[in-house]
Amino acid sequence: MWEILKDNALLLLIGQYPYGPVGGLAATLGLAAVSLLLAFPGGILLALGRVSPYRIFYLPASAVVYVVRGLPLLMFIFWAYFFVPLIIGRPVAGTTTMVVALVCYESAYLAEIIRAGIQALPKGQQEAGRALGLNYMQTMRKIILPQALFNMLPSMLSQFISTVKETSLAYVIGVQELTYAANQINSVLLTRPLEVFTLLALTYFVLNLGLTALVALTERAIGRKRSGQAVRVATT
Amino acid sequence: MIRFSQVNKWYGDYHALKDINAHVKAGEVVVVCGPSGSGKSTLIRTINRLEPIEQGKIEVNGQDVYGKHSKIDELRSHIGFVFQQFNLFPHLSVMENLTLAPLQLKRANKAQARVRALELLERVGLGHKADAYPLQLSGGQQQRVAIARALAMNPPVMLFDEPTSSLDPEMVGEVLQVMKLLAKEGMTMVCVTHEMGFAREVADTIWFMDAGSIIETGTPDEFFGRPKSPRAQKFLNEIRH
Repeated sequence: MWEILKDNALLLLIGQYPYGPVGGLAATLGLAAVSLLLAFPGGILLALGRVSPYRIFYLPASAVVYVVRGLPLLMFIFWAYFFVPLIIGRPVAGTTTMVVALVCYESAYLAEIIRAGIQALPKGQQEAGRALGLNYMQTMRKIILPQALFNMLPSMLSQFISTVKETSLAYVIGVQELTYAANQINSVLLTRPLEVFTLLALTYFVLNLGLTALVALTERAIGRKRSGQAVRVATT
Repeated sequence: MIRFSQVNKWYGDYHALKDINAHVKAGEVVVVCGPSGSGKSTLIRTINRLEPIEQGKIEVNGQDVYGKHSKIDELRSHIGFVFQQFNLFPHLSVMENLTLAPLQLKRANKAQARVRALELLERVGLGHKADAYPLQLSGGQQQRVAIARALAMNPPVMLFDEPTSSLDPEMVGEVLQVMKLLAKEGMTMVCVTHEMGFAREVADTIWFMDAGSIIETGTPDEFFGRPKSPRAQKFLNEIRH
């Protein structure tokens, strides 16, 4: 396995770059990072819609969440792959397609996590903000979301890890990411799939272990700042 | 300063406030008392529209709280509200709890807000806790911070919704002390409380509520000495034991 890694390190890391698009681990990381960065604000917006007292926000946000949750991701990818070019009238790069599909998908799931975080806070937090004269959005931004997002870090981490793994589905539309690179190597070697795919599994695992550690560190740093507080649960 | 005119409120079929007509003068300290479920908290929460009302009118400083065109956020910033559960923001330090609203509402710059916050913390005896986080404080300290936070917007009116009811007995005194200080300085206050000693000593007027109505009002001497309604007599008898 070590020698497969040694012989194909560059392909696994950056794909065929500079002779082709950036691929391998770099593409996987890039896909995941861009998708997460866009899905996070998307998730917050959808969550705000989901908890909104106004139907004009609540209904569309709920519709998006219900539709996305009811469909498999792979179907989403195909849909983006075949129909987005038709709609906008020009071809779209596989990477872009994948990012669009992932962002739609992950936003909806993140939204439900964030909504749970918002609704789990004692009602008094919202009331205290409004009683001071802050408007709804100020209360959300300064009081509710900082607490809700922090409390939901573990669930959001699971969703982030999911996203990293789901980038491997880009393989089916020919995006040259890590799984694609592994498959290329397998096609060349032909006789050693066990080792190649073990190597692939290990790479994903280490990547996500790193992500877990990063979130755990953040969580501890914030927790230490607030002296290990958990939000006081209202008793009335 | 605060005027209720023919206010009615329902929770579904339940008639929570019945024909409330009452008036709080500037500088007056009103204590609202009565048995559990009589509508005291509901009443005080209608003053800054934390609870909607179905009928009637409430004015604070001449402004219609439930008016279609009233700027509720602006209005609320001139009404201090202290909750039974403190409701401090646990993710912010004591200092940040006090400066959040003045900064967000652009009533002060950062330096001014900090100076004012420290001044208020000194007044409630917690100047040394500016950098602490709420959950590092005792209940009594948290409630005093909550009072300081409400005062940070310099409201002419302060509302207290059972401010000592979720405190351990030994911490009730320190919170009442701060409230007495405020009353002495001439703050207009409406307090829902079960602390009859405080009511007797500090209140100008007592409102006694039962089943959603204010059934008796009077000075503490009148109310505690010569309660008129049988319901108030019964209530006072019960709390004396």
